[in-house]
Amino acid sequence: MAINEETVKQVAKLAKLEIEEESIHAFTKEIDQIVDMVEQLEELDTEGVEGTYHGLPQKNVWREDKVQKGTDREELFKNVKTRKDGYIEVPAMFDNGGSEA
Amino acid sequence: MNFLDYTLEDLHEKLVNKEFTAVELMESVYENIEETDEKVGAFLTLNKEDALAAAREADEKGIDPDNVLSGLPVGIKDNISTKGVRTTAASKMLEDFVPVYDATVVEKLKQAGMISVGKLNMDEFAMGGSTENSALKITRNPWDLSKVPGGSSGGSAAAVAAGQVPVSLGSDTGGSIRQPASFTGLVGMKPTYGRVSRFGLIAFGSSLDQIGPFTRTVKDNALVLNAISGTDDRDGTSYRGETPDFTEGIDKGVKGLRIGVPKEYFHEDAKETEIVESVRKALDMYKKMGAEIVEVSLPHSKYGIPAYYIIASSEASSNLQRFDGIRYGYRSENIGSLEDIYVKSRSEGFGLEVKRRIMLGTFSLSSGFYDAHFKKAAQARTLIRQDFEKAFEDVDVLVAPTTTSTAFEIGGKIDDPLAMYMADVLTVPVNLAGVPSLSIPCGFSEDLPVGMQIIGKHFDEQTIYRAAYAYEQATDHLEKKPSFKGGE
Amino acid sequence: MNLEPVIGLEVHVELKTDSKMFSPSPAHFGAEPNTNTNVIDWGHPGVLPVVNKRAIEFGMKAALTLNCSIANDTKFDRKNYFYPDNPKAYQISQFDKPIGYDGWIEIDVKGEKKRIRIERVHLEEDAGKNTHGDNGSSYVDLNRQGTPLIEIVSEADMRSPEEAQAYLDTVKQLIQFTGVSDVKMQEGSMRCDANISLRPVGQEEFGTKTELKNLNSFNNVRKGLEHEIKRQEKLLNAGGEIQQETRRFDETTGETILMRVKEGSSDYRYFPEPDIPNLEISSDWIEDVRASLPEMPKERMERYVKDYNLPEYDAGVLTATVEMSDFFQETVDHGADPKQASNWLMGEVSAYLNSEHLELHETKLTPKALAEMINLIADGTISSKIAKKVFKELITKGSDDVKALVEDKGWVQLSDPAKLLPIISDILDQNEQSIEDYKNGKDRALGFLVGNVMKQTRGKANPGVVNKLLKEEMDKR
Repeated sequence: MAINEETVKQVAKLAKLEIEEESIHAFTKEIDQIVDMVEQLEELDTEGVEGTYHGLPQKNVWREDKVQKGTDREELFKNVKTRKDGYIEVPAMFDNGGSEA
Repeated sequence: MNFLDYTLEDLHEKLVNKEFTAVELMESVYENIEETDEKVGAFLTLNKEDALAAAREADEKGIDPDNVLSGLPVGIKDNISTKGVRTTAASKMLEDFVPVYDATVVEKLKQAGMISVGKLNMDEFAMGGSTENSALKITRNPWDLSKVPGGSSGGSAAAVAAGQVPVSLGSDTGGSIRQPASFTGLVGMKPTYGRVSRFGLIAFGSSLDQIGPFTRTVKDNALVLNAISGTDDRDGTSYRGETPDFTEGIDKGVKGLRIGVPKEYFHEDAKETEIVESVRKALDMYKKMGAEIVEVSLPHSKYGIPAYYIIASSEASSNLQRFDGIRYGYRSENIGSLEDIYVKSRSEGFGLEVKRRIMLGTFSLSSGFYDAHFKKAAQARTLIRQDFEKAFEDVDVLVAPTTTSTAFEIGGKIDDPLAMYMADVLTVPVNLAGVPSLSIPCGFSEDLPVGMQIIGKHFDEQTIYRAAYAYEQATDHLEKKPSFKGGE
Repeated sequence: MNLEPVIGLEVHVELKTDSKMFSPSPAHFGAEPNTNTNVIDWGHPGVLPVVNKRAIEFGMKAALTLNCSIANDTKFDRKNYFYPDNPKAYQISQFDKPIGYDGWIEIDVKGEKKRIRIERVHLEEDAGKNTHGDNGSSYVDLNRQGTPLIEIVSEADMRSPEEAQAYLDTVKQLIQFTGVSDVKMQEGSMRCDANISLRPVGQEEFGTKTELKNLNSFNNVRKGLEHEIKRQEKLLNAGGEIQQETRRFDETTGETILMRVKEGSSDYRYFPEPDIPNLEISSDWIEDVRASLPEMPKERMERYVKDYNLPEYDAGVLTATVEMSDFFQETVDHGADPKQASNWLMGEVSAYLNSEHLELHETKLTPKALAEMINLIADGTISSKIAKKVFKELITKGSDDVKALVEDKGWVQLSDPAKLLPIISDILDQNEQSIEDYKNGKDRALGFLVGNVMKQTRGKANPGVVNKLLKEEMDKR
């Protein structure tokens, strides 16, 4: 499966990356080679094989519902570039909605 | 003081006998660094004042004769969170980032009395095998300064190999401890997934990452693993089972031990035949010491690289989304809109290799490709894991070369990402299977160290250490010291 | 063309745990911005999520109440998207193995019962909150980030805004009875998005749907749907086509406004969360949780009708909220006659709550006090007229001992003939004409005399006793 520049642009958009116009050709070629390499997996018969998605097959790990005080707000804000009062300030959001949650 | 001459137990004894104080020891660390780091370039950040203060405190409190690590210096890979000490993951993205909490391993080292000296260079976000992907500096191999120290934990390896510190922590997602250990003549352990808490390790491939120690000797390594292992309530993937003493039975020898030799890991036609030869010699030695050598097969090994690059990159693409320029980290100057904060900060803040992996991962998870890429890789992973489980029905450990080459020229492979990826062929299956593996020096090829990995069953690091210790005691590779030759 | 609406609802409910879904910081409302947060909520480099067990249990309770099956084998997944209120740029949610599935609830629209199927109930974490300034900036508060949520996804089984509203009412009522959430739309602990499409009556296939957001009250759900039905109807009847898009309900205009067109559906790149081990929910655990569920409104209602002989309507009103139902039950348990308890709660109590815009727990009235008052009426200690005064006292000031209160206030009825007879004799002496009238069969005369006695005793006389004594005395004359 060949990756073209259009696909690279689309994927970059999802990943919030910008690939400069002058390097898109070379970058596409690289990504295409890598994708070619990983697609060696196609030849492997995985019919009926369950996927492994965790490093360790352990189950049911949780904590009890116990509260710990939050991290000191000033500590958290030390790395924030723009703030107003106790809020993180960002440029206005495009739409007026909240998150998808 | 040159740490190349001493084990942790030696240093401990001298501290207890007051041959020198913890402060003197710590001062010598910074002298070592001063002397060699201009050439080697292992450290990104030093926290000298804090370290000396901690050493003073250790002296005042008195060195605990029952705690071998108390008052000893340690270097930390820069993807491990250290409260109040800049933690960059060697990325422009985090160049000014100062964490507000300590990683669990850092807390545990402190509890054990160890003192952090500073933060060590690496490939950006642990992506790479040469430390050349660091956005902040180049690290050189103390055995030959024109060569890479390996990666991604290249700084951690170089600092110990150069005798700057006696021990350091690295992280291993696809070989990032074992390969640099092999390139720099050190013992490097990638523990079983879940053995060491990942809380505070800047995530790369969450289901693959493990933290582990670099040391010169096997026992040193086991001692440090003792200190950092254990169940962590803050990491749901940390193992809920028992944590043994890894030094227990370390000197029992290998008589009767069944050592598997995975035939897929021995390319007799490899360019550097000395690597395979060194490992074969080591196997002969094991045989002489009473171990049984058994050929085994890990038939799905060749799918390790593609499966690994899909899984690690997919997880990374998601893990690295939090670097968005809003709450911490790099923010572009050219901001007009919210979208700019995201796109410009990330495009300017991440290096090329990181972008490649984010792209591959995003692609592999995107609708239409998920089944053929991510799901397929997860299935291949199951088969690879089963390969190991099957082999371990018959043998106690597996022994194989760690790498297909010794340390290569700086700049030698950096423009060929694919060649770089393929070089991980002997290390990534271990991470996919989650099993522990230790790399130990097993000889030299053209004056550069060669590494051999000893792979164990899940949570059986003890047997690995026992096998490694027996080999180390029977050989004299430790006597050879790095030359700091080459370079400009 | 005769068009029929097809409506499905996605309801988010915040779970009332003490700590967050994946971090131990407080999951409470109303704190200063960014103070109930920690490094995990902020998605700092290196942090990891650990599941709150109680959130799982609460999710199970909610799912069981909605008649769902519980997955024995379930897990969390990452949903990837960038937004300032989503610090990790992924939300931990459940994709293909939700904790609950294949449920249903019964709704009642004007006496007509209908079953609405529930596709799934899944667990996830809430996002932070954005506020929008008018100076080109927005402000992010992460206090809400990580609060446990369940998302309840219905099948597209509703055919009118009324059904949608009845569905929401019922979901709210059921969840509220389990106690796992406050389910208050005005506080955001219950939120609703709607999917709506139209199709010609009789057609099997669904039309193109739009998604409605910002439906932040029960009224707005109905109004938003009504407006959207009209909008789609108009478009379709004019030969137009519906675009798959997300629309926002604007409260001030009562209209729905385009937010964004779905570009072939956004790509969230869901994949299993590698940081959280899978969950295996044993049948024993499920049965334990099922057994811990309180008696639900339907069962309570049936019991009230059967055991207390209440009319079905009254039983329905009493079980509309868990608070009312629990109050009623406790009043009865304190010895009040169920019919009287019901009358008071549906009458005076409800009227008071409505006029004062209060909820039961915000008043001073206790079930014990209400029961004592009802019993004092029953045994004649107080009159039903005085009872209104007592009630006012109980609901505004409260009392631990109602009997002592009425005695203290001098509200006890005068029923002792020895005390009443002298007064009655006096009044009869002064009203000879009335005795005459009474004897000639004029009933009004008796009323007049009773009134006089009441006036004389400042309302404290027991009217029944006065009546009886008056008759006896007049017969003697």
